[in-house]
Order: sequence, then C-alpha cells, then structure tokens
Amino acid sequence: MQAVLQFLQANMWPLIDALVIVGVFPLLAGYVVLLERKVMADMQARLGPMRVGPHGLLQPLADAVKLMIKEDIIPESADRIIFWMAPVLSVTAGMLAFAAIPIGPGFLIAEMNVGLLFILAVSSMGIFGIVLGGWASNSHYSLLGALRSAAQLVSYEVAVGMAMVSGLLLAGTLSMTGIVASQAEKGIWFVFVAPVGFVIYLIGSVAETNRAPFDLPEAESELVAGYMTEYSGFRWALYFLAEYSNMIVVASVATTLFLGGWMRPFASIHALDFLDFVPALFMLGVTGYCVYRIPKQTGKDQGFILAIFAGSCFAIAAALGAVFAPPLAFLKVPVLGAFWFIAKVMGYVYLFLWVRFTFPRYRFDQLMKLGWHYLIPLSIVNVMGVATALVLHRQAGWSSWVAFPVLLVVTIVLAIWLVRAGERRDQEAARSAA
Amino acid sequence: MDEIRSEGMAPPSVELAVPGADEIVLNMGPQHPSTHGVLRVKLRLDGERIDGSECVIGYLHRGVEKIAEHRTYTQFAPYVDRMDYVAAVSNGLGYCEAVEKLLGAEATPRAKVVRTILTELQRIASHLLWLGTHALDLGALTPVFYCLREREEILKIFEKYCGARLTTHAFRIGGLQYETYDGFEHDVKRFCDDFGSKVDEYEQLLTGNRIWVGRTKGIGILTAQQAIALGVTGPPLRASGVKWDLRKAMPYAAYDQYDFIIPTATNGDTYDRYVVRMEEMRQSRSICLQAIENIPAGPIMAKVGKVLKPPPGEVYHSIEAPKGEIGYYVVSDGTTQPYRVRVRPPSFINLQAFDTMVKGHLVADVVAIIGTLDIVLGEVDR
Amino acid sequence: MGTEPPEKQPPSAPEGGETKPAGSASSEPAKPAAAKPAAAAPPKPPAPPPKKEERTPLDNDLVKRFRGRFGEAVREAWLDRKQAILVVEAAKLRAVCEFARDSEKFDMLVDLTAVDWPKREKRFEVVLQLYSFAKNERLRVKAPTADGESVPSVTAVWPTAGWLERECFDMFGIRFDGHPGLKRILLPDEWQGYPLRKDYDILQQDEAWVRENMGIESGQ
Repeated sequence: MQAVLQFLQANMWPLIDALVIVGVFPLLAGYVVLLERKVMADMQARLGPMRVGPHGLLQPLADAVKLMIKEDIIPESADRIIFWMAPVLSVTAGMLAFAAIPIGPGFLIAEMNVGLLFILAVSSMGIFGIVLGGWASNSHYSLLGALRSAAQLVSYEVAVGMAMVSGLLLAGTLSMTGIVASQAEKGIWFVFVAPVGFVIYLIGSVAETNRAPFDLPEAESELVAGYMTEYSGFRWALYFLAEYSNMIVVASVATTLFLGGWMRPFASIHALDFLDFVPALFMLGVTGYCVYRIPKQTGKDQGFILAIFAGSCFAIAAALGAVFAPPLAFLKVPVLGAFWFIAKVMGYVYLFLWVRFTFPRYRFDQLMKLGWHYLIPLSIVNVMGVATALVLHRQAGWSSWVAFPVLLVVTIVLAIWLVRAGERRDQEAARSAA
Repeated sequence: MDEIRSEGMAPPSVELAVPGADEIVLNMGPQHPSTHGVLRVKLRLDGERIDGSECVIGYLHRGVEKIAEHRTYTQFAPYVDRMDYVAAVSNGLGYCEAVEKLLGAEATPRAKVVRTILTELQRIASHLLWLGTHALDLGALTPVFYCLREREEILKIFEKYCGARLTTHAFRIGGLQYETYDGFEHDVKRFCDDFGSKVDEYEQLLTGNRIWVGRTKGIGILTAQQAIALGVTGPPLRASGVKWDLRKAMPYAAYDQYDFIIPTATNGDTYDRYVVRMEEMRQSRSICLQAIENIPAGPIMAKVGKVLKPPPGEVYHSIEAPKGEIGYYVVSDGTTQPYRVRVRPPSFINLQAFDTMVKGHLVADVVAIIGTLDIVLGEVDR
Repeated sequence: MGTEPPEKQPPSAPEGGETKPAGSASSEPAKPAAAKPAAAAPPKPPAPPPKKEERTPLDNDLVKRFRGRFGEAVREAWLDRKQAILVVEAAKLRAVCEFARDSEKFDMLVDLTAVDWPKREKRFEVVLQLYSFAKNERLRVKAPTADGESVPSVTAVWPTAGWLERECFDMFGIRFDGHPGLKRILLPDEWQGYPLRKDYDILQQDEAWVRENMGIESGQ
C-alpha cells in the first residue's frame, strides 16, 4: 500500500497525463466518426445523424453498443487465432502511437528523445494487422485487397518519411517536445518554412490511412471488397477504430512537426497575448450556443443530454479560464496548449474529411504511380531544397528570410517541371501502347 | 457519313472461352452495388487486365411484349413506363406516338408542346440520375446528392402534373389526359432558371478534376465505326463523333419548332460521354425555356375515339430517349389489342457494346464502363 | 399476371365512339390470315385485303435496285403508313443485307425481331429495321420462315444482330445459321418453350411443372 502510494506520488503527473490522453484520444477517434458523418452531410446538402442524442451527439455510443452486441461471425475456413489477432494488432498499433504524442510541454505519456521515430515505427505495425486480416479471412479477394492496402501504405511511407525528414532538418531533433520547442525558439511554424514538405505529408498521410481518394482497397463499389469484408461486429469496429486512430496520430504528427504543436498562433508576439483567452471564450461560446439550443430540442431527454453536454463544455471553459489564476499559473501553458493542439489536429482531420467527399477515387495503378513517380521524387527534391537552404543560412550566413523563400521557389519550380515531365512521359507511354 | 463501314469487325464474343493457364474468370453480380440493376458480368482476367467478358442478362425479364398482346392499346400504355423506369415519360411518348401513327392520328399542337416539355424535363432527370450514380461508382460521394436534389424538383413537377413521380403514364394515345396545372409554366421556368448554375456546379466538381479525368479519359473507347456497327445510339454514339439525334433527323412532337444543338465529342471514351450528357442537360433546359414561352392554346386530346382499333398494318416509330433510340414496332390486326408490340430497347443494344469497350482495361474500369453506358436493366430485359 | 389473358373476341355489334372507318374491316372475326395479305405461298388462299388497309404497293428506285439484284427473292414491297417494307426470301436474307449495307448505305441495323403468324404456312416473319445515315432513310426487311427452318444470321453484316438474334431465338425458337453463339439470352438456359409464339401458354407450362415436380394439380 505504501509502495503504491509512493509510486503514485512519484509519477503523478505522467499518470494524470496518461489518463487524460487515454481518455481523450479514443473518445476523439469515436467522435471523429460522428464529425465525419456531419461534415459529409453538410457537404451533401443534408443533416446527418440527428436522432441519437441532440444533433446526433450520442451516435458514437449507439454505434459502439450496436457493434458490440452484433453476432460474431467467423468464416468457417478462417484461421481463428490470426483472425482474432489481426484487428487487435491494428488497433494496438494505432493506440500505442498515442504514447509519444505531446499535447503540451511535458504533457505526454512517454517522454522519449526519439519520439517521432517511435510513432513512425509503431504506426507502421498497423500494416501487419491489415495483411494478416486479409490472409486470415481465407478469401481470395480479401487477401488481394489486403496486399493492395499494404503495398499502398508501404509506398506512401517513403514519401511521408522524406517529408518528415525535411521537417526534422529544421527542428534538429527527433524528440516531439524538442520539435515544438525548436519551432517556439525560431518563432515560426515549419509549415511556412517548408510548405512543400507539408503538402507532401498531407497527401501521403491521406494515402497512409487508406482514406479517399486513396481508398480503393476498401471501397464498396469496387470489385474487390478488401481486407475488412469478412469482419463484422466488434472486430470490424476495431479496424474502424484503428483507421480513425491512425488519422488522429498522423494529424498529431503533422501538427507537431509543421503546425507548431501546442503553441498558440503568433506565440512569439507578446502584443497578441490576449489570444490566450480565445480557448476559454470559445468554449464559453459553445456552451452558450448549447444552452440556447436546449429549449429547441424535440424532446425533454434530448434537452437533458444537451444540457449535460453544455455542462461539460462549461467545465472545460472553466478549466481553460482557471489557469489564469496565479496558483494554477504553472498549468497555463500545458492546458491552453492542449486546446490549441487538439484544435489543430481537428483542423487537419477536417482537411481529410473535406478531401474525401470532394474527389473521386484513384484507381490502384494510378495511386501507385502517384506515390512512386511523383511524390517520392518530389519529396527528395524537397529535402534537398530544405537542406540547401539550411546550409546557406547557417554556413553561408544568408538571412533566413532570403534563404528559405528562394529555395522554396526553386523547389516549386523543380516540382512543376518534374510533374510536367512525368505527365508527358505518361502520355507518350499511353499513346505508344494504344 | 461517308465510309462508315461495319465490315471487318468481328461480332462480339458470346461465350467466354475456357480461361487459359494464367487467367481466371471473375463473376460480378447479379447483386452488386455498381451494376445498376441485376446484371451479371463474367470477366476473363489475366492478372488485372480483362481479356474477355460476357454479360448475362434476363434477371428482370417480365415478358412485356407478351403482355402487350393481351391488353388493349390503352391498357398497355402504363406498362411501357416500367421498362426504362428512370425515364418513364420518354417511353410513354414513344408508344403513344407509335400508336397514333398506326391510327393515322396526330396529337394536338398543345399536346405536342406539353409533351416536349415533359420529355425534356425527363431527359434532364434521367441524366441527373446517371451523373449521380456514375460519380458515386467512381468514388465521388457528393455529386449524387446534388443531382438527386435537382431531380427532386423535376419529380415534384411530374407529381403535380400527373400524380406520379416515377412511372408517370403522363401521355395518352392522341394527346394528354390532364391539362397542365396552374403554375406549370412558372414551376418549369423556376426550375430551368436555377438549373443552369447547378450544372455549372457539377462541372466544377468533376470536369477539370485530375482524378476524374484520370478515371474517365481513355476508358471504354468506342470508335464511330464500332458504334454504328454495334447499333449503339444516344449519347454514346454522339460521343464517338456521329452527329445524329432523332430529334433533328426525324423530328417528332414539337422539336422542329425549337432551337438546340446536338453535342458531340471525338474520342468516344467515358470522359466524352460525360461531356456530351452534361451538354445535353443544358440543351434540354434551353428547349424547355423556349417551349414554355409559347404553349399553344387548344384541346389537349385529338379525336381518336374511346375504343382504339387501328386498321391492320404495322408501324415502326422511334424517339430519342435519354438512353438512346427507343423504337416501337407495333403490328395491328384490326382488333382492339395489338397483334405484336416490339420495343427496340436502347440499353439492351448499347450493353452489347460492353464486351468491345472493356477489353484490355483493368477490373476497376468495369464499373466506369457500365456506368457510362447508362443502362437500365428494366429496359435491357423488359 | 394471375388473370387469364382475355380471349380475343370479335367486337360485338357497333361499338360507340368508333371514329375509325376501319369498322368494316374489324367487324369480321379478327383472323390474322384474313387481315393480312397472303405471304407468297401458293397453297394459301389469297384472301382479299380488307378495304381500309393503309398499305400501298411500292416500286420506287430503291425497290427496283433490289429487284434488279435479287429478282424473285424480293417477294413483295409496299408502303405501310409511309414506311417502306420489303419482303425477301429467307435464304437470301444475308445477301440482301450485305447489299443493303454496302450499296444502299443502310449502315445501321436498328432492330431485328420476329412476328408469329400461326395461320400462315411460313409462320414466322423475321423483321429487320434498317437505317441509313447518309440518306436519313429507314427500310424494313422481312423474311418469312417456317417453324424448324433456320434463317441465315446477319451478325457478319451488322454485329448488332448478335444479341438481337439470340433474343429472337429465345422468344420464338427461330434458329440463325452462322450465329457465333446462339443460346437463350433473356430466359434461363434450361427454359422449355418459346414464349412469344402465339400458342405458348405460361399456364400450361406452370401446370406441367407443378404436376411433374410436386405431383399435384396447380390451382391456377
């Protein structure tokens, strides 16, 4: 008992951080599902889930319950152990990556000096879950779909990795907290210094997470239905959760590496310090809107749930505001930082959703061509551009306001040239094959 | 149209030969989200490339032509709606005009103009449904909702006019049954005014989109020669470069009074068929706007009598339905019931071209090609 | 369709509202043979064509060219409701079609179907609708054929005929020589009977099936 209390005391902050993160992120993953459906509906001129809870707020809970009570069907000739293990592997890989994601300075579960590498490695383990799932289903088409997914992930991993390298060159460290600290120190988010890297990372991460327009392996209207065909009920829910967790992990990495992590916008300009009040005011605004909508709900129970939701928003607003009080001032940066971090992650996720509902789907060979023929050369050019700019800035003493923009222009010109050359070659190949 | 010849083209293979060592036969359908109905497609694949295909149809065969022999001319009219159920009004127009030719009667001028307006609205509705589902098959999840939203407006007009949205039975032999309702012109005008910008919206989402172009350009190419040899009509024929539209070549209803162009394209691939249909929607809108300016007053029904007994003989009459040329070959033996009604189904004949179009493509293109042919299984199988 | 197909009854004494002067033609029992001109088959008693029929014999340049090329194989030619119809001998059908496509520029086969006239000696009439883009003209070609006789396939002339002839075979049982794969298209491969024939009765078939497979009498 004594030992337990001692352990708790020694590791109090990491434990609280762990509780928050483990509590928040899976919930976030679940609510991203609802967000996707609402955003999809909005873009398609309709409303989305409205019934389960006010404005569909309890939809993820309903979905979770439904999936859990569904009949667990295992194909007769499937390999039982691997069939059971595959989705578990996927979701574990996704969730494990949360360990190294800092949502505030020191506000993370596991402080590592190679945090980024850890996340990259662990999230790649998810590919095992996909391939094993396809194989264990003992269906010709599931296996093909799984192999296609794996091929796609591996291909875009290279481009994503190279894009990350360009960010790392600027940061100088693999530690996640260190990367944000270096952005704070330099006073600029790396997206403005290496925008091409950010764009490559964006496209690559959409492909990494098997999201449209790169979701051919799992699209319903295509012939081969993909690795998830034979999975139903809770197993499928695990795959689904793994996909959305992956989305959040990838968004978190992008936020940390390119979007300044937990820093508020214009963190270095102290004249804009009033922006620190934005989180609390925003949450107060949300609370107020919810309270305003309570009488307009269709039923008393909807109103009650909305009241609870409003209450929790108010509690968050209070927490965001309380950090301004002197006794809690040491919590100011982590707590506000957490708000900014989650806001940026949600913004990045919104880009994912936006792209999904706007574009048609790439055919698999076009997808692979995009990855290998266009993104990888482009990412290499980008790394060289950033490296050259750094050398010019550090060694040759060029001002960073000159070096980086110049190299940006060079990179973009090279990128356009590469893309044009590639397209010309494709057209000639098509013409000669026709 | 010189030097279009159909010799030198082998008829499409009917039976899939036994697959070779590296080939598998893949079966798609009859239940499949993208075959637009109960269509079964057998593909002979070499890896992902398609070496041969065979369409198996007949799952929706309802014996419409046999039924026709046991109904009177008037009783048969609702049955034709159920063939191409997406564009019921066009089917009805073709049948009513065919029987009118058989009777030697002609619809009144007012009926002709109203028929034209409703048929063009139906063409827009049919193309909207085509666009939505085609885009959905290729992964664009949003256009289908916009298209269905517009289609909803047209279906509301149909409902106000004749009480039904889908299987409308809008026309009668000799003219119309219902007078246009109060506000008909206003509704049509309001729809057409809105619609122009909506078509631009769809184009914005799709036409210049690299992914869309990549999925549709060069896919399912049908040359003009192949199209004529295979009897393909409608937008696929026009997209292959043959500028031919029954509304201009053999005008019927009130089409000779209006000004519209026939969109064509050159390559005959999926992208061209898309472009042609988009432009056709615009042209249909223009026809509607011209028509509602001046709907002639007068009776809506010609004097054909209550009991229709056409003199013995036969007639073949076809119109330009949204899917192609729909023809009715009606044989009369002098009684109140037709002796034979043959429907020339555009989707059936267009679908025959599928085997030619899909050779050499990848499996993922099959959905694109089925979508671009714009088939309705009700018409294919009757 | 559970109701009995209504029998074709001769229309009873003057029905009101008939504006068509075809009243005289239809007051006789509607025997297809009496109402249709005799096909060129000698044993058939040539029935006088009813008065108000809308066909007029045709002998324009087009017909003259066909007759010039094929002579007696072109049995008849007439205009019905201003549409040109040519009746040719079934054995020469393919040659006629090639001539139509190559010399007369009828490059599209619009439709190919058949009509069943059970009272005639050659009960089926294979009907082809042709269209010429260059001349914007339609032509209907008919080829009478008897039950059991096969007709040359025109798939080599227009590949459109592939499925159309299969449908003809499926519905009427007409065989087409030279078709690359004549099998049923709309009905299941193992279906017995040819539905669009006038003597085909689905009830008969249903009763036969029920009797055979279930051993009871069908209650239809």
